[in-house]
Amino acid sequence: MLTVLAIDDSRTIREMLRETLVNAGFDVHLAVDGQDGLDKLQSIQPHVIITDINMPRLDGFGVIEAVRAGSAFSALPILVLTTESAPDLKDRARKSGATGWIVKPFDDTKLVSAIRRITAH
Amino acid sequence: MSSTLDIRNTFFQECEELLESLDDGLNMLASAIEDDLVDPEVVNGVFRAVHSIKGGAAAFGLDVLVRFAHQFETVLDEVRSGRLAPAADIVAIFLRCADYLADLVNSARNSVEPKSAAGPDLLKRLAQLVTPSAATPAPAVASPPAPVDTETGFQPLAIALDFGPGFDAPAEYRIRFAPSRQFYAVGNDAVLIFRALQDLGELTTQVDASLLPDLKDLDWAESYLTWDLTLTTQESLTAVQEVFEFVEGLCALEITAAQVEVDLPDPLTVDTSADAAAEIVAESEPKPEETPPPSPSGKTEARKGAAASGNGQKGSVRVDLELVDRLINIVGELVINQAVLAQCAHDAGLGGQSEIGVGLDEFRNLARELQENVMAIRAQSVKPLFQRMARIVREASDLAGKSVTFDTEGESVEVDKTVIERLVDPLTHIIRNAVDHGLEAQEARLAAGKSEVGRVRLTAAHRSGRVLIEVSDDGGGINRAKVKQIAIRKGLIPEDSVLDDSAIDKLLFLPGFSTAEKVTDLSGRGVGMDVVRSAIQSLGGRVNISSTPGKGTTITISLPLTLAVLDGMVVDVAGQTMVVPITAIVETLRPSAADLHRVAAGGVVVAVREHFVPIVDLAETFGHRPATADYSKMVLLLVESGEQERWALAVDRIHDQRQVVIKGLESNYGHVPGVAAATILGDGKIALIIDPDETAQRMQRKPQAPIARVSEEV
Repeated sequence: MLTVLAIDDSRTIREMLRETLVNAGFDVHLAVDGQDGLDKLQSIQPHVIITDINMPRLDGFGVIEAVRAGSAFSALPILVLTTESAPDLKDRARKSGATGWIVKPFDDTKLVSAIRRITAH
Repeated sequence: MSSTLDIRNTFFQECEELLESLDDGLNMLASAIEDDLVDPEVVNGVFRAVHSIKGGAAAFGLDVLVRFAHQFETVLDEVRSGRLAPAADIVAIFLRCADYLADLVNSARNSVEPKSAAGPDLLKRLAQLVTPSAATPAPAVASPPAPVDTETGFQPLAIALDFGPGFDAPAEYRIRFAPSRQFYAVGNDAVLIFRALQDLGELTTQVDASLLPDLKDLDWAESYLTWDLTLTTQESLTAVQEVFEFVEGLCALEITAAQVEVDLPDPLTVDTSADAAAEIVAESEPKPEETPPPSPSGKTEARKGAAASGNGQKGSVRVDLELVDRLINIVGELVINQAVLAQCAHDAGLGGQSEIGVGLDEFRNLARELQENVMAIRAQSVKPLFQRMARIVREASDLAGKSVTFDTEGESVEVDKTVIERLVDPLTHIIRNAVDHGLEAQEARLAAGKSEVGRVRLTAAHRSGRVLIEVSDDGGGINRAKVKQIAIRKGLIPEDSVLDDSAIDKLLFLPGFSTAEKVTDLSGRGVGMDVVRSAIQSLGGRVNISSTPGKGTTITISLPLTLAVLDGMVVDVAGQTMVVPITAIVETLRPSAADLHRVAAGGVVVAVREHFVPIVDLAETFGHRPATADYSKMVLLLVESGEQERWALAVDRIHDQRQVVIKGLESNYGHVPGVAAATILGDGKIALIIDPDETAQRMQRKPQAPIARVSEEV
């Protein structure tokens, strides 16, 4: 089963992600902010990370940088959850090493197919 | 699994928390400006709160909320990025925006119109704060913008593939695909791209390995391979491009579309069949220079975020309120059970220092401790309530055209959740009154040598097992002459009444009393302090007012810590055991025959220090026996009620005074007039907890002057 680590500081978005991803048959783990996500990385060993950008403690860029800088997970696909308010965000996300991006509010089917597209599942 | 409705509920719950932290942050910002110490993390937190509200709102298609949050967020982003300095007047606007945002959330949650019409004005003010370059159009809800590459300006060319009647014919795409080093570095895999393409139709791949070096020179992280792909599919070009959506800029990509030659009667086929008609519709070069470390601002942000991680975050769990209530109930039963056991042991001569007695003592202590701790779960700090009141002060001062500072103290005091919820309305009313009536107009304040800025203060504190909430203002105080005059005019008191100051102040609590000369938005709603008083009383609380002319008015509310237990006086009424809430009892007395007077209507009053107080015979009221003739052998409990100044409840005997666990009757019996609830006593008997106010009103007797001394009769 595909293991997903979804990082978002909004409980609402986390629940939505869980709902969508569990329905798609993924093994879903949630983290409440970037630091929490990094802390859980080792134990969860996800196949893909979905991360919000704007978060307390450690933001999404921080997550991407940390993951890419580490050796064990450096090639892990990371999807960024972006919002429409930041048109340059996609660019910046890619520059920091994001694999792809999902625009919030996200479409369930698109999210799942995007995950499938960047993972071997 | 959670349903959409559950997630919606989660969203609104989260909104409440976010609005609270937004308020917190803005208030911190306001005081930080005064001290010139603005913490970027506070600004970030404020931004995030609005941002999260917007994100969730967009998911639920709450357009109005999204639009406002978006504009608000845009301005906050200006502050966050340092383009806009957060001056005091700007933070004041932010506070209003936060209020309006809360209003919009509430409106979305309950499907009602927003209470405030401040939206357009606030949007305008926000727009004025944005530097032109930062302004971004409000997003369209639930329709993510089509992917547009900002650098190439490339947009999907759906029109290029409008084949008219031949549209169903499969198209052939030739794709030249050369991933860059960076493509692999960020977690992509060419094979996965091919698989995704394969899902669209028939794919043939041809690898170009001409750049592959000798093994000894091979850099494992480098990209050496280029592919020529041919995809035959019925899908649109957009669908094909979507496969490459995430790797734009990470590969050299060339997609050429050529329709497959099929038997089509349409002449258009001629135009699109050959290579000549092939059209280059997408091209992008890898941009290796795009991979330097992220911008410095991103780094600092991350580091600051990490530094803030040390902030002591208390662990917490979310528990269904119903579970907590059930737990409280069970613990209540346990306490009762302990009392029953203790009684049994005592009756069996096993109390005191016997082993069972000592064990039961220990049991009692543990049960009490357990009860207190369980009650504490339901307790919440009054902080959100106080924040809400800050909002009320802002609204009220705006409407009244007064400038007001609002202080709070004791925000961390904790009270039962239900008490807090039911305090909102009365407290709102009191606060509005304080701003509207309590504080003088600015000219009057200046004339009285006061600062033109009025002060309203809200405090909470624990006092001997109760919570004391005080609202005070530094206004002109109660105009007692005027109050009395109005009360006389409205027929609330006789013209020749002689009242002391506190008695006059209490007139404000009489139904239908309103001192407002002009009917304003705030007070002209037909409710007065009497409603406040009965709301507080229904919580087992009491409200008091005190005032000093020229100095201001203070309204004090005293509340029980919880609604689950109550301090009661256990009394005997015609062989029945009943409980009267201690909070309602002013004093207890055993009347002498000389103090009792029969009145014309058939009732009896008792003289208590110059006042005649009507007697309510509980035994008669509850139908246990006809009214007694001789009250001098009974005990009278003097209670205060909302409708009437005082009543004396006649009971046979006072048992004792104790804390009782409240057991609601309403779910089983509906509302029984005069009965607030029931409780189970130590001996296992059930006792009704009476509602003195309602009991008195049930009698529906107005006090009348005694017409004859009846002492000789009794």
